[in-house]
Amino acid sequence: MSARAYLRCLLGILVREALRFLHQRERFFGALVRPLVWLFIFAAGFRSILGVSIIPPYETYILYEEYIVPGLVAMILLFSGMQSSLSMVYDREMGSMRLLMISPFPRWYLLFCKLIAGALVAILQVYLFLAIAWFWEVRPPPIGYLLALPALLLASLMLGALGLFLSSVIRQLENFAGIMNFVIFPMFFASSALYPLWRIRDSSLLLYEICRFNPFTWAVELIRFALYARVDWLSLAGVALALAVFLGAALLGYDPGRGMLKRRPGG
Amino acid sequence: MHHLRTALLGVCLLSPLGAHAYSVYVSSEKDNSITVVDGETLEVRQVVPVGQRPRGIALSKDGESLYVCTSDEDHIEVLDLKSLKVDHTLPSGPDPELLALGPQGRFLYVANEDDNMVTVVDVDKRTKVIEIQVGVEPEGMGVSPDGKWLVNTSETTNMAHFIDLSTHEVVGNVLVDQRPRVAQFTPDSRQVWVSSEIGGTVSVIDVAKREKVHVITFAIPGMRKELIQPVGIRITDDGSRAFIALGPAARVAVVDTKTFEVEKYLLVGQRVWNLAFAPDQSRMFTTNGVSNDMSVVDMERLKVLKSIPVGRLPWGVVVGP
Repeated sequence: MSARAYLRCLLGILVREALRFLHQRERFFGALVRPLVWLFIFAAGFRSILGVSIIPPYETYILYEEYIVPGLVAMILLFSGMQSSLSMVYDREMGSMRLLMISPFPRWYLLFCKLIAGALVAILQVYLFLAIAWFWEVRPPPIGYLLALPALLLASLMLGALGLFLSSVIRQLENFAGIMNFVIFPMFFASSALYPLWRIRDSSLLLYEICRFNPFTWAVELIRFALYARVDWLSLAGVALALAVFLGAALLGYDPGRGMLKRRPGG
Repeated sequence: MHHLRTALLGVCLLSPLGAHAYSVYVSSEKDNSITVVDGETLEVRQVVPVGQRPRGIALSKDGESLYVCTSDEDHIEVLDLKSLKVDHTLPSGPDPELLALGPQGRFLYVANEDDNMVTVVDVDKRTKVIEIQVGVEPEGMGVSPDGKWLVNTSETTNMAHFIDLSTHEVVGNVLVDQRPRVAQFTPDSRQVWVSSEIGGTVSVIDVAKREKVHVITFAIPGMRKELIQPVGIRITDDGSRAFIALGPAARVAVVDTKTFEVEKYLLVGQRVWNLAFAPDQSRMFTTNGVSNDMSVVDMERLKVLKSIPVGRLPWGVVVGP
């Protein structure tokens, strides 16, 4: 098949995802409310908790609001990644997934297109959130907004791939809620999104190690550094590695020959 | 590429930026040293050892030396800024803490915290000229730009003492809030601003009438009132804005000098103490005593650019060549 056909396939999936987003505007803005609540209410309560130490990429003291913005950005990507995989489970139950999967394009390509489409919608939400944060006096350097784009894309793909993999092992929608609780919350709280890791090390070394090897921490730090025009190579490598692993697992999961998607009782 | 680099170099050489390179000198009370920081690159250039407990510092009129109150040595050390070595000492009376240089650059006015005196030192003859009795625990020293007045504050008496520099006599006192620390004249010499550390206020005093015209108060959301302890004050050359260090509140207040309203609070390091402006007033430097660093503020955008470590217990800060 020609590259043109591939492009058309990507566009098709993008348009479908865009339509879904247009039809579910509540979901789009609902996804924005969550980080804004954290920023306006939670951060206000913890305002003076930081400012005792300067950690890279920051060069001076910052308010708590400024610290958690990259974490909240990553939270948008995490929820969005999980939600788009939720829609995969739904699609599968409704049969539209089958329709997609019988198209002549290779399966990995179709799944990758889904990921890209999900990522773009999530990134749109991120920039809207960053615009609101700007009025809340959280103002990274202007160039940071541009440099954050590749970091956002990579992190979003990684979290989307994780969702994709999870959706491949879930049979029914009901099970998904459990996975959300077992994946999203531990990932979010055991990360550097809400508090710098040195603070966690002060209370528990084990927890610190867990946080350090949490792919979500890498995503948060990658975005944090990029927003301040710097590259955190370790997090970059971590996110890339996690993307490869999750994507590989998702492809295996969606491979009918290997069977996670194979006909199962009730599936 | 090569052409571009040559062109850029040319621009750098021609631009006034290159010509106005300056240094920031920070006294470190606990390390007994003066840290020299490049004002443009913000890199620590050198750490110069001086006597015990250096606190107040001032630049000489010719900009070639730095007067350092080495409090526990009971004298003032004169640091030659070319060789960065202590060249000689000046008598100061016991426990010198803060000093101010007269506009002619000849007389140095020193507060002696322990014996309730202000000592006037002739820097050329290297002798004490006179000692003036003031209130208990003298601290802040401000000389009016027109050279007529010296205002000294006494921490325990809670007064600003007006000393006539032609007679060296105290001619008036103004009661201010608790524990006055710093006195700073406006560029037109018409007002003197006095910060009260415990009172948490800054009193604006009319020099001619010798009475308070306004008392500035501060409020930071989520910050306990006791933590707001104003100390260092600097007023821009055009007299439009005042910057006030708020100590443990870790903020510098930006105050409009016409309305006396706080425009903004800038987050800096812990226990921000003293302030200094760059020669072109584009940047401000703050000493942060507890976090052991110096914050650099962009004065146009009112944004803190960076905080850099400068030795333990940084106290005084001065900008010089």
